[in-house]
Amino acid sequence: MRRFQIRIPRAFVRMTQGNTNRHAAFVMTISAALLLPSFMACAESTEPPASRPPLSTGFRFIENSGEELFANVCRGCHMPDGKGAAGAGTYPSLVANKNLEAGGYPLDLVVNGQRAMPPFGAMMSDDQVAAVVNYLRTHFDNHYQDAVTAADVQSVRR
Amino acid sequence: MSSEPSTVSRRDLLSLIGAVSGSAAMYHAMTSLGFAADSGYKGPIKLDGDPRGASVLILGAGLAGMTAALELRKAGYNVRILEFNSRAGGRNWTLRGGDSFTELGGFKQTCEFEQGLYINPGPWRIPYHHRALLDYCKRLGVALEPFIQLNHNALLHATKAFGGVPQRIRDIKTDFQGQISELLAKATHQGKLDEAVSKEDREILMQALRSWGALDGNYAYKANLISADFRGYAKDPGGGVGAAPIAGEPINLSDILKSRVWRYLQNFALHTFQTTMFQPVGGMDMIGKAFAREVGDVIRYEAKVTAIQQDDHGVTVTYTDLKAPATPQQAKADWCVCTIPLSILSQLPIDVNGRMKAAIDAVPYSPSVKVGLQFKRRFWEEDEAIYGGISYTDLPIRQIAYPNTGFNSSAKGVLLGAYLFDGPNAYEFTAMSPAERIARAVEFGAGIHPQYRAEYDNGVAVAWHRMPFTLGCAGNWTDKARAQHYDDLCQIDRRIVLAGEHASYIPAWQEGAILSSLNAITRLHDRVVKT
Repeated sequence: MRRFQIRIPRAFVRMTQGNTNRHAAFVMTISAALLLPSFMACAESTEPPASRPPLSTGFRFIENSGEELFANVCRGCHMPDGKGAAGAGTYPSLVANKNLEAGGYPLDLVVNGQRAMPPFGAMMSDDQVAAVVNYLRTHFDNHYQDAVTAADVQSVRR
Repeated sequence: MSSEPSTVSRRDLLSLIGAVSGSAAMYHAMTSLGFAADSGYKGPIKLDGDPRGASVLILGAGLAGMTAALELRKAGYNVRILEFNSRAGGRNWTLRGGDSFTELGGFKQTCEFEQGLYINPGPWRIPYHHRALLDYCKRLGVALEPFIQLNHNALLHATKAFGGVPQRIRDIKTDFQGQISELLAKATHQGKLDEAVSKEDREILMQALRSWGALDGNYAYKANLISADFRGYAKDPGGGVGAAPIAGEPINLSDILKSRVWRYLQNFALHTFQTTMFQPVGGMDMIGKAFAREVGDVIRYEAKVTAIQQDDHGVTVTYTDLKAPATPQQAKADWCVCTIPLSILSQLPIDVNGRMKAAIDAVPYSPSVKVGLQFKRRFWEEDEAIYGGISYTDLPIRQIAYPNTGFNSSAKGVLLGAYLFDGPNAYEFTAMSPAERIARAVEFGAGIHPQYRAEYDNGVAVAWHRMPFTLGCAGNWTDKARAQHYDDLCQIDRRIVLAGEHASYIPAWQEGAILSSLNAITRLHDRVVKT
């Protein structure tokens, strides 16, 4: 089994040790093919690839700030610019979205889900839900200053 | 209501089961009301009686929709299918070199695999008890080959155990079983099981433990040629001078227990994953293509459904031709079989009763991500003697699956480099760009196979929530939602009936889609001939 006497890649060790450096959100529309030359250079060099945000290790998200949670969760469907996307169905745009005016509505959606939107209540703490909703309500051309609280999240949990 | 469970919640537990065992195990746990034996398929469907030229509009050309089209046409119906994609098959899909696809957000990928190599982004294995799917494969001439679920020489990996060094499945399995047998033998010998085991059985139990656990004459599990016959050798038996085998040192029970790699052993024990499993020769989409050979002439591609209405006389479906989106089109029929995923259907205006609409709205879709990686050589075979099968890890990639075909060749090979299902990591990978998913899969995979760094060639990454035609991987029923809504979802509401994996007790499996469809059209046909 000597060939398995390998070290965990340094990049991974760093991640599990909780590197909190944020790296810029990926706002690129590139094909995997286009990225290959630079990625191959990374893979072949002795240096680990550029710093990457840590990933969750259990059954709950480890991201804490609204910005991190958006970048690592919401962005999957609502897209880096928050504008959503349309295929056979639609992921709604969060930009200047009047449905965010009453904080209880997005809280309920994040915790309990609705139709295509999965429920995240079991994977996020009250503080995390509040953080991501506050982030949405103050970014993407939304300007709602009445922040929601962890106690507000409690009230929508079923 | 409490929101911060201090212990593992049921949902966490299901997520755990899903994470370590794959979707089917989770669903099995979630829907523990036994669908134990096989899937209940009773052979080719018989739709007796004259439909008198009735027409059926089918929405979606996945396996559920094409099954309905094939069987209803055979029974005398006029059938048509509207399909969003420009191909048939739906989630029955294979990516090969030259294939391009664009996910939501505009990220376009072109697969650069060598000729003959592929990845199945959706379903990739068929249990032997999925009798309906197997029967259609037979009837449609789809050649099958074994899918290797258990390869004793593949690996189990825990980042915080064994110094991060992956362990052979055969070692973990044999050492775990052997040392548990030794403990049981000890307890039996000391009379501690006397109340539970009759005197007569005790002797047989001791023999069985010795046989099953590879114990020696003293009922001990040790480094010797008895255990080596099961776990393999430190030095394999050879020929000629110095050829005698040398036994390896077992991994002690405490280390195995603490590593928690024993969790992965259920992936080889669960009914869903028991041998024999199959895959179509050449890629899973051979099934979709075979269906399309039968019913392709009735499929209208690139048709995006926008509304579903019905009245006393029939069903009217409004759709957009994606090549000429300015003018809405309409299709009319007497009846409608709708297989559109609920993630999409829940957003459409559909004229069904309130209970069915509530059911349509009640099922979120699971996140899932698969990454296919091409390597310049088949190092897993050449260096590590891993021929097919799956290695499991607690890294976010969850598993590395080796190709079950093209063995022992010096050509390039494609691995399934990540298969995430449910849980935070599946969402996190979905939120990445495709290039980032691939880079991460390579980075994590190199922790198991260091050859990744030198041998990586190219890759593709499919995040199911980003797929325009499904907006998710599969219907994620909870027990509560199923109890409340499932029957309403499956009812025929006047002229409309739903079908698909989401309308089955085998969600995320192709068998569920086909059985759901056969059940729906049987009931529909019964209504038609009696009307």
